[in-house]
Amino acid sequence: MTATRLKYFQTGSFAAGNRLVEPSERSEQAAPGRANAITCGHRACQGCGEALGARYALDAAMRATGGELIAANATGCLEVFSTPYPESSWQLPWIHSLFGNAAAVSTGIAAALRAKGNTRTRVIGQGGDGGTVDIGFACLSGMFERGDDVLFICYDNEAYMNTGVQRSAATPPSARTATTQAVGEAPGAPWGQGKNAPLIALAHEIPYVATATIADLRDLEAKVERAMQIRGARYLHVLVTCPLGWGTASGDAIRVARLAVETGIFPVWEGGDGEVTAVTRIRHRTPVEEYLKLQTRFRHLFTPVRDDATIARIQARADRNIERFGLVGEAGQHPLDLHEEGGS
Amino acid sequence: MPEQLEGSQAVARTVAACRPEVICAYPISPQTHIVEALSRLVKSGALHPCEFVNVESEYAAMSVAIGASATGARAYTATASQGLLYMAEALYNASGLGLPIVMTVANRAIGAPINIWNDHSDSMSQRDSGWIQLYVESNQEAADVHVQAFRIAEALSLPVMVCMDGFILTHAVERVELPDPDRVDAFLPAFEPRQLLDPSAPVTIGAMVGPEAYTEVRYLAHYKQMQALDLIPEVAAAFQQAFGRASGGLLRPYRSSDAETIVVALGSVLGTIEDCVDQLRDDGHRIGAVGLRTFRPWPAEEVRRALEGARHVIVLEKALSVGIGGIVAQNVHRALEGLPITVHTVIAGLGGRPITMASLRSLCERGLAGTLPDTTFLDLEEALVDAEIGRMRGGRRSGPHAENMLRDVGTVGAAGLT
Amino acid sequence: MSALPTPFAITLDVGSSRANHTGSWRSERPEYVRLTAPCGAGCPAAEDVQQWLYHAEEGGYEAAWRKIMERNPFPAVCGRVCYHPCETACNRGQLDDAVGINSVERFLGDQAIAHGWTVRAMPPSGRRVLVVGAGPSGLSAAYHLALLGHHVTVRDMAPAAGGMMRYGIPKYRLPREVLDAEVQRIADLGVVFELGHHVGDVVAEQLDGGFDAVFLAVGAQLPQRTYVPAGSAAKILDAIALLRDVEDGSAGPPLLGRRVAVYGGGNTAMDAARTAKRLGADEAVIVYRRTRDHMPAHESELQEALEEGVQVRWLSTIAHADAGTLTIERMELDEHGYPQPTGRFEELEADAVVLATGQVSDLSLLDGVPGIERRDHAVTVDANLMTGHPGLFAGGDMVPAQRTVTVGIGHGRRAAHGIDRWLRGIETEAPVELNDSASETGVGPQPSLTEVPFERLNPWYYSDAPRTVRDQLDAVRRCTTFDEVVLGLDESTALFEARRCLSCGNCLACDNCYGVCPDNAVVKLTPPGAYAYAFDLDFCKGCGLCAQECPCGAIEMHPEPI
Ligand SMILES: Cc1cc2nc3c(=O)[nH]c(=O)nc-3n(C[C@H](O)[C@H](O)[C@H](O)COP(=O)(O)OP(=O)(O)OC[C@H]3O[C@@H](n4cnc5c(N)ncnc54)[C@H](O)[C@@H]3O)c2cc1C
Ligand SMILES: Cc1ncc(C[n+]2csc(CCOP(=O)(O)OP(=O)(O)O)c2C)c(N)n1
Ligand code: SF4
Ligand code: SF4
Ligand SMILES: [Mg+2]
Repeated sequence: MTATRLKYFQTGSFAAGNRLVEPSERSEQAAPGRANAITCGHRACQGCGEALGARYALDAAMRATGGELIAANATGCLEVFSTPYPESSWQLPWIHSLFGNAAAVSTGIAAALRAKGNTRTRVIGQGGDGGTVDIGFACLSGMFERGDDVLFICYDNEAYMNTGVQRSAATPPSARTATTQAVGEAPGAPWGQGKNAPLIALAHEIPYVATATIADLRDLEAKVERAMQIRGARYLHVLVTCPLGWGTASGDAIRVARLAVETGIFPVWEGGDGEVTAVTRIRHRTPVEEYLKLQTRFRHLFTPVRDDATIARIQARADRNIERFGLVGEAGQHPLDLHEEGGS
Repeated sequence: MPEQLEGSQAVARTVAACRPEVICAYPISPQTHIVEALSRLVKSGALHPCEFVNVESEYAAMSVAIGASATGARAYTATASQGLLYMAEALYNASGLGLPIVMTVANRAIGAPINIWNDHSDSMSQRDSGWIQLYVESNQEAADVHVQAFRIAEALSLPVMVCMDGFILTHAVERVELPDPDRVDAFLPAFEPRQLLDPSAPVTIGAMVGPEAYTEVRYLAHYKQMQALDLIPEVAAAFQQAFGRASGGLLRPYRSSDAETIVVALGSVLGTIEDCVDQLRDDGHRIGAVGLRTFRPWPAEEVRRALEGARHVIVLEKALSVGIGGIVAQNVHRALEGLPITVHTVIAGLGGRPITMASLRSLCERGLAGTLPDTTFLDLEEALVDAEIGRMRGGRRSGPHAENMLRDVGTVGAAGLT
Repeated sequence: MSALPTPFAITLDVGSSRANHTGSWRSERPEYVRLTAPCGAGCPAAEDVQQWLYHAEEGGYEAAWRKIMERNPFPAVCGRVCYHPCETACNRGQLDDAVGINSVERFLGDQAIAHGWTVRAMPPSGRRVLVVGAGPSGLSAAYHLALLGHHVTVRDMAPAAGGMMRYGIPKYRLPREVLDAEVQRIADLGVVFELGHHVGDVVAEQLDGGFDAVFLAVGAQLPQRTYVPAGSAAKILDAIALLRDVEDGSAGPPLLGRRVAVYGGGNTAMDAARTAKRLGADEAVIVYRRTRDHMPAHESELQEALEEGVQVRWLSTIAHADAGTLTIERMELDEHGYPQPTGRFEELEADAVVLATGQVSDLSLLDGVPGIERRDHAVTVDANLMTGHPGLFAGGDMVPAQRTVTVGIGHGRRAAHGIDRWLRGIETEAPVELNDSASETGVGPQPSLTEVPFERLNPWYYSDAPRTVRDQLDAVRRCTTFDEVVLGLDESTALFEARRCLSCGNCLACDNCYGVCPDNAVVKLTPPGAYAYAFDLDFCKGCGLCAQECPCGAIEMHPEPI
């Protein structure tokens, strides 16, 4: 079950807050006293989805744990923009070790806490897609397999951003990156089967796996909240946009993430123990083109000549997601449907 | 009470007496027996509280240790060879973050060609990693030095590698008197971390440092490690007082005070060297030995003091810095700068090649006679390499530098300048 | 923790990045704005709909009602009879269905009547104003003038106040208790009503009464007779007269016969046909020249008439009327949509013909008044509704504009403010505008007249919530009684409906800006509520996310001042 929707309150539960409902029913991001786990003064680009996603997730985790939280961070934008000497933006105990070892460092933290008999304090490991699905994958898989009491959060901006936008295993086909340039016969990232980290996580039969985006705060928060209620290895894969790497307007960071969901490009679901148990439905199904054309990393699909074949291929991928996860349809018809609740 | 014990068991039981709270394990010979034994101690409850984490790689092992140590847990792991190299990135990170992790390196050669036997290539390759490196001569010393290692590491907030020869020590059954757990408790103060991941007093550990402060950070790292040159002897002395045994320290001279020729070495080979010294002394030669216990930080002053009376110093080492030769020898060279002493490098025991008394003795004799070249590969199968080099020449002409090196070891002469 | 210092540079103090003021990166800065919502812009009475819905959303019904009352003294009436152009303009219409503004307004108006909420006038100004005509326009002017402290006398020739609200619009659409209650509230402000008083010479009455100014709102009472060739026995009557007689009741129920034809396609035609049904006619047939999409009557009125069994002869004119029968000529539309005769004729049985073909104003009371300009039976006025005769203002159906209750109300208010200014000697051509009231909390930006198009909203944030439909009286009772047909919303549905408002162009306190800023550069002010936010320009990088993600378009990006 994903976030419970408040249906009748104007912005319902889609916006961060809502003056019409009790503070307890608002998102943590609406709370004047939210933790601001990552605070201002950080050096992320204007409109960085990763900075936003990290605060969303960690503030929710801070709330869920009453502030008893330690975070281990992989190398990447999030780490670099938050901790250039002499300034740190973090407001929780936080460690950065290496690019590929955040999951293992988290395991170490969890092991230390266990050895000390500390059951209050919880551990989050986090990294970019590179630090998670590529270089950090072995450590992550090991952490999953052992069932260490860690929630690992991947902030997936679909490339190695910090080093200047190179392709990662999470880069979508046809996307231009610095190592998959928009030249040659098949410009952009190659077409392959991709590496679906959340499904691979699910295959570890860990108790909790979910995907989320910065475009649906309440969904994301509910997932963090739920993850923190569970012990053992957990995984949250958050799609975060990167204005720099994607070539989007900084003000569009959330809009683009939303379109990733509404087009079916990025399925939002929740599961555990090997099964997908809930999906967040697409509210207004949108053709992938609407999503692609906002991003210069896909510009070669539209100019100088329109590449209809590739756009259709991307659409087919999105359609497959929609089909596979049941992302479209009348509420209540799909077994994985979102639970909706009427307000008064 | 002394027991007949395999070296690995001795180390495992001593480490257990040090009450580590997190142990990370990944198998690699010849270290495996240590973590196997520890796993048993943890699983049986004999070592409690302690988390034993079966990680998926050495990289993860060191990373788990990093996380654990930063959370205030006494963390331990052991590795060797490829494993050590696999964790290289994390080694630098642990020391850079100043995390007092203790690790046993069961010294082993590194591939290719893959080789499981002993030499010091692995730990020597990490001499610049910022870790303190202690080398032990015997299993007794191995046990004792682990106790000291935790105390040194935590006092300085620096990681310590205890290097013991793979198989030769790890698998050797010897008489060992294990440090008494109660006395270990008394000797080792509780771990008071210098920085700690703690929600009640949050800090940011592991910042990114740019050109404006990186030099200072490195300078301070160097400064911190150099402090160990004072601390290590203090801890060794304290250990001796508490346990009644001398072990560890910076270096140990052996009949070298009046020696003209001194053999310098580290690790278990020192036993054979000392026997050899005894034999040659019996024959009236003024020869002695100096056993290095601490290689990082480099005890330059102590080495100079120990060797300043000699005319010849033979550095016998189980590692090769390809492209220059000896590693320890270079360090000794620096320590002896300006003194009228010739330093010879002897590369020996690579990949488990036995260092026999006979070879050692003939080596020392050549040293005493002044006929030892600058660099010697002990017991090199010259015929074999000659033939091989001959074949290589057919393919590619080598220039004068490589030829000079061969002349050094005598090969060129033997090859007869054909 | 040990007393040793943490390692230099590697370990940092938390939150220390606040020393880094990223605001210097900014080339654009966000600003909160208050724009005009299309509903308000579309409201002829200039109600700030968005604002009063904002109160209603919170259950602040009285505050919402007071907000309406700033502009319109007839929420309960308008909640029933207004053709709600606000809803036509409502941006939500582009999402699912327009907000049921009108039904919420009715709910609020009814709440006010039920709870006896009253308004207070400003202290007396000592000035006297005469209002001629107690229709919606005159009453609105009287109300606003009274609020402003002026002494108002209303004269109307009819026996009761209300104008067409009473003598035109039938009871089943506007129960008289509701009208009476809202009129009474105006009387309670001290407005003097002199009913049954026909004004023949307005300038004379002004002088006699010592009035400083006059507002004329005599409506359009005279039927615009369409010539229908008729036999002498044909029974032909006028819709306005019919409706007035029904209301008056003194002459007993009008006798129409079993089959009634109503000629015309406006709302009056609908009301006449529906009234005929209620008076006992078996058949009520509307005869109209053009087609359904050309019909001036509101779709909802036609719909309700059809539901009650009223029939319509489209593309038809009455060529001749005789006793019991009408000759109908079929029409067809030319390319401009105008009906052209076809020469084909049909018969229609009808015992009576009711003409509902429009009204014109009786402007005889202005005869000889200098400065007055007329156009098509109407009096022209300036932006403040003053006629060419100084001190003489006019509004409602008698001036060139749409003829609706709400337009009349809007005229009344604008004229009241125009008169007020005129009385105070302020010469101004500038009309009184919507959103001229300062923001309520005193915080936040000043209101702007810029209208908010749908494209400025971020509709994703709004819950899917189709509108609630007002219940209707069942069909049998509808056709036999004058009971009110359309029922009101109960509280929960009214609240639901209010909460469907998108708050176009005005902060709705959803905290989204506070939530979405990646730089935590939006701070919350106390007390919470709309516009209780500020940008922390020390840290705002100007990414524009807040503006983009504001559901209601209440944030704009502006180039950084250099
Ligand atoms: C049948 C019908 C249904 C309608 N339905 C709707 C509807 O549902 N919604 C809507 O918005 N509009 C509707 N209208 C239109 C609406 O009623 C008018 O536009 C509105 O009433 C005009 O208001 P007013 O104040 O200008 O004039 P009126 O309402 O016509 O009032 C004028 C008043 O002036 C008085 N008067 C006139 N001359 C003199 C004089 N010389 N001396 C003294 N008194 C005088 C009259 O007695 C009258 O009371 C309807 C109209 C009709 C006829
Ligand atoms: C072992 C290692 N390899 C490469 C790097 C260089 N590096 C640092 S951050 C980074 C990219 C990070 O990408 P991702 O994890 O996706 O995070 P993002 O910056 O996109 O948020 C790379 C390649 C490194 N620091 N360490
Ligand atoms: S490059 Fe992308 S991920 Fe990195 S700080 Fe900028 S916007 Fe964020
Ligand atoms: S949504 Fe609300 S503010 Fe917008 S036009 Fe409709 S009623 Fe007015
Ligand atoms: Mg990335």
